[in-house]
Amino acid sequence: MGLSDTDLRAIWLTLRLATTVTLLLLLIGTPVAWWLARTRSRWKGPVGAVVALPLVLPPTVIGFYLLLAMGPQGVVGHLTQWLGLGLLPFTFWGLVVASVFYSMPFVVQPIQNAFEAIGQRPWEVAATLRAGPIDRFFSVMLPLARPGFITAAILGFAHTVGEFGVVLMIGGNIPDKTRVVSVQIYDHVEALEYAQAHWLAGSMVIFSFLVLLALYTFSPSPPKVTT
Amino acid sequence: MRWIGPLRVLALYVAALSPALADDVAVAVAANFTAPMNAIAEAFHAETGHTAKLVFGASGKFYAQITNGAPFQVFLSADAELPAKLIEDGLADASSRFTYAIGSLVLWSAKADVVDARGAVLKTGAFTRLAIANPKTAPYGRAAIETLTTLGALAAVEPTFVQGESIAQTFQFVQTGNAELGFVALSQVMKEGKVTEGSAWIVPAELHAPIRQDAVLLNTGKDNVAAAALLAYLRTDKAKALIRRFGYTF
Repeated sequence: MGLSDTDLRAIWLTLRLATTVTLLLLLIGTPVAWWLARTRSRWKGPVGAVVALPLVLPPTVIGFYLLLAMGPQGVVGHLTQWLGLGLLPFTFWGLVVASVFYSMPFVVQPIQNAFEAIGQRPWEVAATLRAGPIDRFFSVMLPLARPGFITAAILGFAHTVGEFGVVLMIGGNIPDKTRVVSVQIYDHVEALEYAQAHWLAGSMVIFSFLVLLALYTFSPSPPKVTT
Repeated sequence: MRWIGPLRVLALYVAALSPALADDVAVAVAANFTAPMNAIAEAFHAETGHTAKLVFGASGKFYAQITNGAPFQVFLSADAELPAKLIEDGLADASSRFTYAIGSLVLWSAKADVVDARGAVLKTGAFTRLAIANPKTAPYGRAAIETLTTLGALAAVEPTFVQGESIAQTFQFVQTGNAELGFVALSQVMKEGKVTEGSAWIVPAELHAPIRQDAVLLNTGKDNVAAAALLAYLRTDKAKALIRRFGYTF
């Protein structure tokens, strides 16, 4: 007994997905968090609400609408077909797009909190020392916000690993492409392969515990997990 | 004996709320049987006064839930194995088991003119996604694989597979157009004895092993009048006629 070959491939795929999504989210989420932390625009409320939507919506709602949006009649589907990319559901990149949306609040919110906690002052002081905005951002704000980034990366990664409903709805359960660990566990349970389900599910419990343990041990201010 | 008064009031109140002898039965129903079962439950209620509370889902999940104490009294499975297993586990009444329907498989597309009347499209390969239910867990998925094997088309179309976790999800993939075609349950696309939407090939029964769907009375429903009544009702000609309209056979 133990983890089978298909289990290991599902684990590998899941890690690849979570890494890709985390890197993309740090790239996309940082400017969003920066803007949310500093803006006085009346759009702050609506944008913040859109970012937080996945915290509230059941994954089946997100998965269902993504399936429609990315399908041949959907807005995203029209766009990807026009770009010559084909349709996104049932592909690795379809899962990436869905996960980026789904894990967005887990990355944006810690970074936004970090920026807000730093406040305006270091930014202004650096300005009086004639640092340009880009220099100020990379040499002052980014290092100060580091704990927020670490929390964001860990939560974004862990949340993508733990995703189930969305990947079930748009994945299509294709080995090596969309069959991630959570779906594989569901498969085992449905097929009454309880021993295999235990191996994989148990590994998942241990993994999640270690991630959170790391977060609570090394993070100066443990994140408030909202879901 | 001051408590007798309020108790009697309560008893009268409860009696007044429930019509004479009418009872509730909680039924776990395989997802492919959703449409006919809704219709049957309605007719069942009208005729007997009993209420069937229906929960639809994947049969494998129901098995896991029932073995862990889920409060269902009747199980309408998508296959014959799971009810047999529950009997083996000592959780269901062996004498109550019977085949309530034999499922039919259909190759279906949401678009007209994609699927021809003989399923030749499987050989032309003029599609990029073919949706099937997970053959490991869903009997309709197994039947799809058997059909493709019989036709000698399995190897050619296998790379185009996308798998739904249940027949309901497989249907969703095809209906949203994300898969051009797929093997779904005939009951999902049949209305009043006809396939009204898209294009379809009803797979001849001899191309795969019969999809026998068995019902069983669970131990939790042993003393439930409505549970026994529902199982009896499923065997009446009236119920059978209704089930047939959704493309099932016996």
